[in-house]
Amino acid sequence: MLIQSDHIIKWMELVNDQIDRQKDYLTQLDQAIGDGDHGINMNRGFKEVIHKIHQTTYDDIGKLLQDIGMVLLSKVGGASGPLYGTAFIKAGQVLKGKQEITINELGQAFQESVNGIKLRGKSQIGDKTMLDVWEPVTMYIQQNENTLNIRELVSYAREQMENTKELEAKKGRASFLGKRSIGHLDPGAVSSFILFETLCSILLEENLIKK
Amino acid sequence: MKKLINNPEQVVRDMIDGMVLAHPDKLKNLPGTNVLIRAHAPAQGKVALVSGGGSGHEPSHAGYVGVGMLDAAVAGEVFTSPTPDQILEAIKAVDTGKGVLLIIKNYSGDLMNFEMAAELAEAEGIQVAKVVVNDDVAVENSTYTTGRRGIAGTVFVHKIAAALAEKGASLEEVEQVANKVIQHVRSMGVAFTPCTVPAAGKPSFEIGETEMEIGIGIHGEPGTHRTAMASADEIADILLSRIMDDMKLIPGDQVAVMINGLGGTPLMELYILNKKVSQILKNRDISVYDTYVGEYMTAIEMAGCSITLLKLDDQLIELLEAPADTIAWKK
Repeated sequence: MLIQSDHIIKWMELVNDQIDRQKDYLTQLDQAIGDGDHGINMNRGFKEVIHKIHQTTYDDIGKLLQDIGMVLLSKVGGASGPLYGTAFIKAGQVLKGKQEITINELGQAFQESVNGIKLRGKSQIGDKTMLDVWEPVTMYIQQNENTLNIRELVSYAREQMENTKELEAKKGRASFLGKRSIGHLDPGAVSSFILFETLCSILLEENLIKK
Repeated sequence: MKKLINNPEQVVRDMIDGMVLAHPDKLKNLPGTNVLIRAHAPAQGKVALVSGGGSGHEPSHAGYVGVGMLDAAVAGEVFTSPTPDQILEAIKAVDTGKGVLLIIKNYSGDLMNFEMAAELAEAEGIQVAKVVVNDDVAVENSTYTTGRRGIAGTVFVHKIAAALAEKGASLEEVEQVANKVIQHVRSMGVAFTPCTVPAAGKPSFEIGETEMEIGIGIHGEPGTHRTAMASADEIADILLSRIMDDMKLIPGDQVAVMINGLGGTPLMELYILNKKVSQILKNRDISVYDTYVGEYMTAIEMAGCSITLLKLDDQLIELLEAPADTIAWKK
């Protein structure tokens, strides 16, 4: 079975639930090395996403992702708004007009998201940002598209998130701390992990991917 | 959390409404947005200036909207940069065809949102220039990081760039003078207590009764180090020596001084600090052209302060002296 708009909508609902549940945790992470609003902002943004996508019916996956991106852009604020907004808008452009897609096509769309995040954030891998989850996970999906194992994908994504703990921040407010940012998880990497983890659970639940 | 609010999610909306009700002669709210523009905007025949950032820094930035200063301020959520759609609305509302200068504080979020807004405005045929304020010497200005933060020195950029714009200068000239101020302004702060973002509901960090955080950011983000609470004179020494090392002032230089409260420090204490600051400057043979003491760029209710020095020349003095009529800055 292929991925359809309904799966993406379920994914967003699950992201919203998880962010809502973990907003204090995300905010705490951000208080350690940033300005302590990541959970609050993401929670506000995804609540609005759910509100928006429940108002319309979507056949076109590209249009759906584009709408998600626009809401995140205009409701999240901070650095996360433009970055997550750009990620979804770019993915939406790749999947424009598609009613169903393969894991492979999803991987291609995420590749465009990664390009967008890099361009917007002027960041690269190792800067201790959300990109440290997005880029390797996207590459992993593309490289293992035919043999993708869900448990391995989730543990790989978790590993990438946890690796940000040892990095020195080069971007965002955490970079003002220099070496003192070492030892703390990057909040954007953690929210990105939530995104990929929930995606995996939807793919699994809907029998779209191997266990 | 004990705060004079109705609902943590409504603080920005309620603040904007209250502000416009208090100052209808100076400000109006652009309907459906968190943008505040001059009551008589757009001001014809001049380059427009737009600034903004997270809320919680009042009077920044709406306090500086008015004749002789900003044309519009965009208020984000508390400590969160405003979104591109809101900034775009502000740009469109105040542009008169002479172009718009965006004054941005150096934070990744502010930069990204203002850059996206600038791209959207340019796509609509509006001429846009951007300057980025990075006056905080507590942070190293390295090419490998985001670089120095923008704090209270931003207010001098607003004042001086706007004074030139008011004289009818071109967008390029206004951008140039804004960058000149940015090169000549340095700040550093200290905090004694944390602040509480209403939506977070608890303090952004913990600090002991006898400690202070040197080099704090205006969002309660950590400073350079934490040390035992010191006297006002010692704090003046610590902050000013870092600022002056960075500025490389020489005897005979002339400066404007800003002693800025972060929201939870009484004026009494700011004046006590200023006494030592002016002594130190006098001993170094730096002459103080003017001193501003008060709250200009706050961090909600954080107790603490920042010191800003702006090195002056004849052009900057003339523009600093030009008339301005805003809530928080009158000349």
